[in-house]
Amino acid sequence: MVTSIIRRLMQALFVILAMTVIVFIGVSVIGNPVDILINPDANQAERARVIAHYGLDQPLWKQYLLFLQGLLRGDFGDSFVYGRPALGLILERLPATLELAITALVIALVFGLPLGLYAGLYPGRISSRIIMSGSVLGFSLPTFWVGLMLVMVFSVELGWLPTNGRGPTLALFGVEWSFLTWEGMRHLILPAFNLALFKTSLILRLVRAGVQEVLPQDYVKFARAKGLRESRIIAVHVLKNLMIPVVTIIGLEFGSLIAFSVVTESIFAWPGMGKLIIDSINLLDRPVIVAYLMMMVLLFVVLNFIIDVCYTILDPRIRLDAKA
Amino acid sequence: MTELEDTTIAASERGRLRKGITDFFASPVAATGFVTLIIICGLALLAPWISPQNPYDLMQLDIMDGRLAPGSESMSGLVYHLGTDSQGRDILSGILYGLRTSLIVGVLSAFAAAIIGTTIGLIAAYRGRRTETIIMRLVDLQLSLPTILMALMMLAILGKGVMNVVIALIIAEWATYARTVRGIALVEREKEYIEAARMLRLPGWRILFRHLLPNCLAPVIVIATMQVARAIGLEATLSFLGLGASVTEPSLGMLISSGYQYLLTGLYWISFFPGIALLITIVAINLVGDRLRDVLNPRSMS
Repeated sequence: MVTSIIRRLMQALFVILAMTVIVFIGVSVIGNPVDILINPDANQAERARVIAHYGLDQPLWKQYLLFLQGLLRGDFGDSFVYGRPALGLILERLPATLELAITALVIALVFGLPLGLYAGLYPGRISSRIIMSGSVLGFSLPTFWVGLMLVMVFSVELGWLPTNGRGPTLALFGVEWSFLTWEGMRHLILPAFNLALFKTSLILRLVRAGVQEVLPQDYVKFARAKGLRESRIIAVHVLKNLMIPVVTIIGLEFGSLIAFSVVTESIFAWPGMGKLIIDSINLLDRPVIVAYLMMMVLLFVVLNFIIDVCYTILDPRIRLDAKA
Repeated sequence: MTELEDTTIAASERGRLRKGITDFFASPVAATGFVTLIIICGLALLAPWISPQNPYDLMQLDIMDGRLAPGSESMSGLVYHLGTDSQGRDILSGILYGLRTSLIVGVLSAFAAAIIGTTIGLIAAYRGRRTETIIMRLVDLQLSLPTILMALMMLAILGKGVMNVVIALIIAEWATYARTVRGIALVEREKEYIEAARMLRLPGWRILFRHLLPNCLAPVIVIATMQVARAIGLEATLSFLGLGASVTEPSLGMLISSGYQYLLTGLYWISFFPGIALLITIVAINLVGDRLRDVLNPRSMS
């Protein structure tokens, strides 16, 4: 167990290293930083000075080593726009994005799990069919358009909820959170639902498929034959066996929720990382882009690692060192 | 192989195709999706001839006609059935032209990714060993990151623009094909007909593309169909974020984005109708893809 975890850890480190190479080559070689950094009106001396300042006159491998060195110290350079360390800018906005993503995940689970269970247990009912058609729509509707429509209906027409921003926040453990204030809650509802829509459909379909796979199994039949209560069969025999795919989804989709929050944050002007990265791409703010990408890669590697470890705990048959 | 055998094989192929088509249209939902899709493609194809104005020709736009409600009439007597945007662009024309961009981006990126991914998957399965390990590690790495993040990464590197969105989508999607095709090819590789082809000392590329490939195609077609829908949605999303189409030649996502600020004051149509067009397109493609999956019944799906 321990050796396999260590092996996984080595693999994870290798992935991170590989991604640093890809990001470095992408940003430094394909996109020419000199064009971005230097004012086109600058004279030759000025150009040379800036190139030397950023170490762009060094050979590529040396530049890469410098990049790695900075990475280890958490130093991605200063943002061209804000003039402050890029990583700090991103970390500052991390709680807002996390709050949004976690709320969306909770919403997706609260709706997706019971609805999927229902649709799986009673596939013949009309209500189940309506749920399933709804999930197809949830898949097909472009998230950003749904966001706009939510704003149109709930903010513009009905005037119930605010259209953008985060509302007042309250500090907890030194970080500002929206959900602790009533106004903040109201600001959170629309973006969170918007972000949750796709994942709700996903979890719903996954749970339904899982239920239909588990129900005909012998151990469920046996439990029925023993005369166990239906509620116990569902809670213990069915739900427990659903946990593996659900845990995978929670893990993997949480990362993708953070990535997709780019869209929702742009619509609702939610001051998170996603909004920052879009602005940075538009303004060619290279240090922030690189810092964001590396943060996301790290996040995904860590999530994948945690999921793998959870697997072994949930299902002893799966071993980390087993060949997939 | 004699001529007689050739014709019987061709005949049975044709019979299978006919059965497949009959099966496909046995589902009214799928048939509706298919017909809708044909209509959408027709509209997009004929856009220059049937749309009331050329929404990309700034000379034809009159800023005085900006933000007119659906059904309004312009000075020149043109009726804006779905209203106009802030530039005085007819929304209906904008949608028809926008559909062209969406479909081109969707089809182009999905098929390019299919060709690249399938080839790589086949090579991985056929060559095995080191090649396979390296390719599959790359695939795993790619699939562990969400598409939108890959696309953002590529756009951050390549810069904005529709063609760059296509490239970003190809790079973000090829791995799905590679993994699926490799999975099937690994099974197929062990079958007698491949062994026979090897015995005959056919060259490797011939076995790959003439023997292995045709038997891996069904799932590739299904994934590609679904991928077109995904790509259209992603292109719209990226355009909405301002990373795709230019302001003067708006795609559907761009139109929706440009209508956003007016939405808050109650001018819903600039964002609403292009979104509906997008939704119908995506749902139609998904319905066709769903049915294709049932009809072709690929053995393994990712």
